[in-house]
Amino acid sequence: MAVLITTPSPSLSPPASSVGVVGWLKQNLFSSPVNSIFTLAGLYLLYSVLPPLISWAFFQADWVGTTKEACTSNGACWVFVGVRLNQFIFGFYPQSEYWRVVLAFSMFAGLIGWLLIDRTPKKGLVGAFTVFCYPIIAYYLFYGGAFGLPVVETYKWGGLMLTLILASTGMFFSFPIGIILALGRRSSMPIAKLISVIFIEFWRGIPLITVLFMSSVMLPMFIPENMQIDKLLRAIIGIILFQSAYMAEIVRGGLQAIPRGQLEAAEALGLSYWKSMGFIILPQALKLVIPGIVNTFIGLFKDTTLVLIIGLFDLLAVVQAAFADPKWLGFSVEGYVFVASVYWVSCFSMSRYSQHLEKKLHTGHAR
Amino acid sequence: MSKSSQKQRWWNNAQYRSLFFQVVLVAMIVGFFCFIGTNTLANLEKRGISTGFGFLSLKAGFGILQSLIPYDESYSFGRTFLVGLLNTLLVSALGIFFATIIGFTVGVARLSNNWLISKLAGVYVEMFRNIPLLLQMFFWYFAVLRTLPSPRQSWTAGEVAFLNIRGMYLPRPLFGDNFGFVVWTFVLAIVATVFIRRWAKKRQDETGQPFKLGRVAFGLIVGFPVLVFFALGSPLSWDIPKLQGFNFHGGMTVIPELTALVLALSVYTATFIAEAVRSGILAVNSGQTEAASALGLRKGKVLKLVVIPQAMRVIIPQLTSQYLNLVKNSSLATAIGYPDLVSVFAGTTLNQTGQAIEIIAMTMSVYLVISLTISGIMNWYNKKIMLVER
Repeated sequence: MAVLITTPSPSLSPPASSVGVVGWLKQNLFSSPVNSIFTLAGLYLLYSVLPPLISWAFFQADWVGTTKEACTSNGACWVFVGVRLNQFIFGFYPQSEYWRVVLAFSMFAGLIGWLLIDRTPKKGLVGAFTVFCYPIIAYYLFYGGAFGLPVVETYKWGGLMLTLILASTGMFFSFPIGIILALGRRSSMPIAKLISVIFIEFWRGIPLITVLFMSSVMLPMFIPENMQIDKLLRAIIGIILFQSAYMAEIVRGGLQAIPRGQLEAAEALGLSYWKSMGFIILPQALKLVIPGIVNTFIGLFKDTTLVLIIGLFDLLAVVQAAFADPKWLGFSVEGYVFVASVYWVSCFSMSRYSQHLEKKLHTGHAR
Repeated sequence: MSKSSQKQRWWNNAQYRSLFFQVVLVAMIVGFFCFIGTNTLANLEKRGISTGFGFLSLKAGFGILQSLIPYDESYSFGRTFLVGLLNTLLVSALGIFFATIIGFTVGVARLSNNWLISKLAGVYVEMFRNIPLLLQMFFWYFAVLRTLPSPRQSWTAGEVAFLNIRGMYLPRPLFGDNFGFVVWTFVLAIVATVFIRRWAKKRQDETGQPFKLGRVAFGLIVGFPVLVFFALGSPLSWDIPKLQGFNFHGGMTVIPELTALVLALSVYTATFIAEAVRSGILAVNSGQTEAASALGLRKGKVLKLVVIPQAMRVIIPQLTSQYLNLVKNSSLATAIGYPDLVSVFAGTTLNQTGQAIEIIAMTMSVYLVISLTISGIMNWYNKKIMLVER
């Protein structure tokens, strides 16, 4: 008698070794003998580096106190950083005037936040305020000399504050110069093109250090004798010239990505060169290069450390100078780790933001 | 057909306009340079500094920590320029070498199918990329190399190489009289390999028969010189550093400044190279790999003949700009006292002579020449491997 089974027998479950934790381990860590060796080596590396590092930085570290004597355990002595934190942030800025710096930076953070976050109203107005009014306000807050604020000479500026001022001023001024240079490089006027190319290639071809040396040594010779340029201003001029060449190349990349039809359409509508650039080409091109601009800003932010070579006290220089304090000898590792983490957190979050932007702006081409 | 009714005003003519703009531009630039030129001359005269390159033949009178060519206080400022230049080239070459090795390894490791390895490579890239180079340099120099033990308690590798606070001491090769022959066979083997490669390619193009070039080349380039070396009775000995009194004598000394600089430069630049390599490999369409496998190529051949040549097209331009950055960044040496061009020439020499304009101009032109040369070579190579389109 034949038996007819119409229901299919249930499919077998996959072998235990290819699903769940074991399967994941087998597939991702131990897929072949060579891979297993690599995995074990990696694990050993982690084992030999991480636990001592964590216990040095956290479990065995000293956090509270005011003197070197508070550091009794074997770990890091964060007391050193804590005691000098004000100096690391404000340099030699007078303590009674700290509020000005804090106010200026919180205003800046507020404005930038307003501009970056989606769905905040009146972006145009806030943007115009940031570009045209805020720099003047910030100048008077930092330097003083008006509205009853006492003058704080620039040699007293230092620390994180100086780093941020250098990076943001450099960025702020190099942006329009960079746009003009990029337009010049793509211009049909041969002389304008030639001058832009020479300018861009010259500044991109030399290291920032020589630019800073030049601005600190040669700039005083270029101006009439009765004029004096502040040391900080000289460094900023150097940074702006250097940065605008890089900015020009970034903007040029964006300009090249805009199809020719856009310009032709603008011309067909009867728009002049500047109108077609300002209303048609640049808005599209600049939107494309925002991630690139953020990336150059990250580079500039890291490069501001070089000003210590011409004797300005940025964050790294202030920390480096603190090592020489006879009361706090031998804490250089803590100092470097502190500076590194400040830079790392800022740069890493900026680069993440730029990647996020890249994804957000990459519309229409996604398949 | 009607004649154009309105005659165009000349100031609305695009040609005249662009001419006018350019004349104004040139006038502005010439004016600017005249302005700084007259100021500079006036300032120089006021300070009593003579212009010109005559100072290059004056006696320098200061010592330099490390020099690849004979140098002491009695040499001229022109010589200090040369010493600084060679030191810059040395550190750049070493940096490029190590950065390329680390960068390619990490870039490939980041794409590994081993989860742990790819994550570790990612951590390496994200960590060192986001910390300023100068800070890394200071860390290696002041926090690591300055805290090494004294010469008597040196760390040693097999009693031939030593590491202490004064530097790294390595055995120095002493070449015998006949060692030149080994070098010549090596050069000869390379030339022969180039010719064999040409012949092999031609044969494969004509007959389709592949030629196992790798083994032959290895035998020629490595095996042949080794044979000659032993046939001549090993004309090479090593000068091993020895502790005498408070310091090591003999051997080869690598000053800690150089070690810190090369370490920081290569670790930092390698992160960018790793990203370039990764993006290059990811840019190769997976269809290419699949098509190659479908043709029956083995995994190694797929990599060598299909993936790498295409990935290189993406990698090379980025690699070039990283090499350029490394050369330019090597000028940070001045911050830790390694005697590179900027430190020796734009630093000490400038302070001693006060010839700011000449010295800064010379320093800048060196970097410009290096930058233009490297980008020129790389552009040539890039053109060679570029996609040939109809």
